[in-house]
Amino acid sequence: MSSSTASEANGPTAVEYIQHHLHNNSIGDGGFWVLNLDTLIYSWLLAGVLMYIAYTMGKKMTSDTPTGGQNVLEAIVEFVQQQIKDIFPGSNPLIGPLALTIFMWVFLMNAMDLIPVDLLPVLGQFVGINYMKVVPTTDLSTTFALALSVFALIIYYNIKIKGPMGYLKMFLFHPFGKYLIPVNIIMTTIEEVAKPVSLGLRLFGNMFAGELIFMLIALLGGASLLGLIPQIALGTVWAIFHILVISLQAFIFMLLTIVYLGMAHQDIEEH
Amino acid sequence: MSITATLIGQMITFAILVWFIGKYLWGPMTQMMDDRKKRIADGLAAAERGLHEQELAEQKAMQHIKEAKEQAAEILAQAQKRGAEIVEDAKGDAKAEGERLITAANAEIEQEVNRAKEALRAQVVDITIAAAGKIVKKEIDAKAHGELLKDVVGQI
Repeated sequence: MSSSTASEANGPTAVEYIQHHLHNNSIGDGGFWVLNLDTLIYSWLLAGVLMYIAYTMGKKMTSDTPTGGQNVLEAIVEFVQQQIKDIFPGSNPLIGPLALTIFMWVFLMNAMDLIPVDLLPVLGQFVGINYMKVVPTTDLSTTFALALSVFALIIYYNIKIKGPMGYLKMFLFHPFGKYLIPVNIIMTTIEEVAKPVSLGLRLFGNMFAGELIFMLIALLGGASLLGLIPQIALGTVWAIFHILVISLQAFIFMLLTIVYLGMAHQDIEEH
Repeated sequence: MSITATLIGQMITFAILVWFIGKYLWGPMTQMMDDRKKRIADGLAAAERGLHEQELAEQKAMQHIKEAKEQAAEILAQAQKRGAEIVEDAKGDAKAEGERLITAANAEIEQEVNRAKEALRAQVVDITIAAAGKIVKKEIDAKAHGELLKDVVGQI
């Protein structure tokens, strides 16, 4: 797949190839105030696809004779509903749409990984776009946008359900009771902060590593004609395995969101 | 490869997407699935009830058939009894009528016999008178000897 080989004099080296592929197409002056256009546009496109499916399906679905797409969506919705019923205490009108959106959106963004790694960037170069990172979830900004949104909801529901004092008490007296307040504060803070960090980093790490391995496999074929055979073999195996990874990561993100919000909905336990 | 302002854009996108999917997909779809669940449950309950009712109706029908059979048998028995009775009655009547007819016939025969006897008697008187007249060659005064002749005839 690679259009460039290390042996060609004017082509990029393997390191350059990978670095090129890991470069976001961004505007801004560096630092925090940078917009990664490729990340934004691909995630918006996928969000648009989801919205289109949701809107048309929501309009034309029938109770009596569901067909094709509606069956698939119903299966997904029922699956998410079951997870929530199993894990989430009580009921909350937001948790369903939230979990469903995370599952589908993250899945679609992850699924961009299955498109041949060079296809879209090469097409982009034809129309003058030099850098393009196709998979939005290989951008820390995306994964942390989701993780921090969930984190904000965790804090909101903690305060709403337990009350401000209850939430404060959780930091003071949890997990070791009232005689170890300083330790409790540190422990609980770490526990709480670890939630969004682990959420965001897990998804990012899995997707980034997967993308990187696709690039390395792509480099095989570029090195020599003989390399095409292992490239095709390994690429196929890795792509098939990656189907599992992208579904699993979307599922884990959704599940942990439900778990964390469920914990936020539990009344404080006394120690 | 660091966290950038893209984060903010993605958070806004995420919020809008959650709202949109909640409004247009999750809400209607869960509502519809709940409705459908309820309808299926209702339908199954109705089917169950229908089955039960059918069973009851079958039992009732069997009961009715049994009763009807019993009634029919009863009616048949009654009819047979009644028929036998009628036949018995008819036999009795016929016997009585026959007897009556025989009696009447006997009476008539007797009458006829009596009448014939009377006629015979009268003729015997006439013949006797004629014979006597011929014998005595003399007209017998029917009037004068009537008494005597009657006595004789009466002894015949």
